[in-house]
Amino acid sequence: MKIAFQIACKNLMGAGLRTWLNVGVLSFVFVIIILFNGLIEGWSEQSIDQSIEWEYANGHLLNEDYDPLDPFSIEDGHGNINDVSTAGLTPVLIRQATIYPQGRMKTILLKGIRSDQNTIKLPTQALDSSSAEIPAIIGVRTAEVANLTEGDQVLLRWRDKNGTFDAADITIAEIFNTSVASVDNGQIWISIEKLWQMTDLKNEATYLIADDSYSHQNVDGWRFENQDALLSEFRELIQIEKYSSSILYLVLLIIALIAIFDTQVLSIFRRQKEIGTYVALGMTRVEVLRLFTVEGALYSVFGVIAGLIYGIPLFIWVNEVGISFPDYYQDMGINMPSTIYPEFAVWLIALTAVILILSATLVSLIPARKIVQMNPVNALKGKIQ
Amino acid sequence: MKYIITVTALAFLNTFAVAQSAEEIIQKVDENMISSTQISTSEMVIYGRRNTRTVTSKNYAEGTENSFTEYLSPAREKGTKMLKLDDQLWIYNPSSDRTIQISGHMLKQSVMGSDLSYEDMMEERELVEMYEPSIIGEEEIDGRQTWKLELNAIVDDPTYERQTIWVDQERFVPLKQEMFAKSGRLLKRVTLRDVQLFGDRWYPTKMNYKDVLKDGKGTDFIISDIEFDVDIPAYIFTKASLRK
Repeated sequence: MKIAFQIACKNLMGAGLRTWLNVGVLSFVFVIIILFNGLIEGWSEQSIDQSIEWEYANGHLLNEDYDPLDPFSIEDGHGNINDVSTAGLTPVLIRQATIYPQGRMKTILLKGIRSDQNTIKLPTQALDSSSAEIPAIIGVRTAEVANLTEGDQVLLRWRDKNGTFDAADITIAEIFNTSVASVDNGQIWISIEKLWQMTDLKNEATYLIADDSYSHQNVDGWRFENQDALLSEFRELIQIEKYSSSILYLVLLIIALIAIFDTQVLSIFRRQKEIGTYVALGMTRVEVLRLFTVEGALYSVFGVIAGLIYGIPLFIWVNEVGISFPDYYQDMGINMPSTIYPEFAVWLIALTAVILILSATLVSLIPARKIVQMNPVNALKGKIQ
Repeated sequence: MKYIITVTALAFLNTFAVAQSAEEIIQKVDENMISSTQISTSEMVIYGRRNTRTVTSKNYAEGTENSFTEYLSPAREKGTKMLKLDDQLWIYNPSSDRTIQISGHMLKQSVMGSDLSYEDMMEERELVEMYEPSIIGEEEIDGRQTWKLELNAIVDDPTYERQTIWVDQERFVPLKQEMFAKSGRLLKRVTLRDVQLFGDRWYPTKMNYKDVLKDGKGTDFIISDIEFDVDIPAYIFTKASLRK
């Protein structure tokens, strides 16, 4: 095996450009696969952290008539929080409303939340510090779409509990920046006490946000969804993304393996005299087969080494500066930070290297099997077999 | 003292008479604007930011409870039908051959991009049922002498808490209507023009609905043909008529 390894190394070095082209392709595939996986891991980690901080906290206690995926359930999907022990819970009431920025009409979700809450990261304290009649906070996406800046006033039209129209100016007290589009897109946050007063829906809430101190007990008319349940959809999305990315990895891997396969077929065809010589000098055909297989496998080993040489500094750099994505994805409602900092776990690098080396070895073995059937005399004469 | 009592009594009687009169005016407006049945052909001119669209339709109505509308043009809307039965609304779309019920949040959406929402079309109560009227003045609009009435809601669930309405003193037709939010802010303005006589009934044939909070010219509603108190076959106000 040692001799096979030494000869294979010498042969590869001797092959010059052909070897380095194969190594280059394999290292590229190795680095790209790790980079993509790292990107998805980073997106997943960051988005989950952000969703917990900005939206989910320790879970949501939802009114049983409210379905977050069904906007039609907003109208009636609320209940009185006097029936619920609110220890560790922050109530949120959602109503549909319309704003008229610069004479344009825009439907929004008007959300009421306690201004003194610390359960989620929304800067609700700004609602208290403002002297405006109805102070509001909005996210950067809503601000951009409605062309609003801090201190601006915009006309809000809503309906009270009986469906009677009311309208008043609200003042933008603060604009927050979050990657969690589901607390930003088309939403305006005001104090829940103000919203109760505006809609005559005193002590009503659509859902309550649980903090770490909350321990759930069944409450009639309400259902609790813990952090895992709330994140399950996002985790499914990440899983789907991983599956779809694996198609890309497979295509890249196949391209690289075809290069090795092609090189091996050509080597065995052109190096028949060499194979004959090895056998004449006493090597068994299985040993020659092993030599050629090791040669093929070494392409991937060199590829992995080359990939690590330029990949590790690249991974470190990308992990530091992150990869920026256009706002387009967040506007679609996907929870995606504008800059993702990829996460590169050692197991990910090791697993990718093992898959690459194993598949390259397997692909090298397939054309090399022909050596076993070769007639050594004909091989020495260089006759095509 | 005798003088004071007389003046007070006259003032009281006058107030009573005016209140009576305001209610009568609104009742006459309701009687004039709402018929037992109605068939009309109308155009809805929707003024957008970039272009203007005209949608024509044939409408059947039975009181304020039931109505059926079939859109005749443009080609994109042709064949679309809308049926309202009491507080339920269905829309039939010929391209998808589907009937959908409009409810909840969808009722707040605009009808064909106009300044009218489905909910505006769903209001089925008469003014006299919903508001307490009072005469607050007299004004001339387009050469017609009108009473200016303020309507304050007497029910818990009006769409608009307060309205101001200008009623033609001779024809009992509203010539202008303004709808206000609870806060007192003006939300919508309806201007009614080209009042024509149909039998013994005066009726406006051009109306402009304007969401005053929004830029633009609003939506014109022009009636080209209208018949009152005519027999409408019962099948028109059934869901089956949507697919016919």
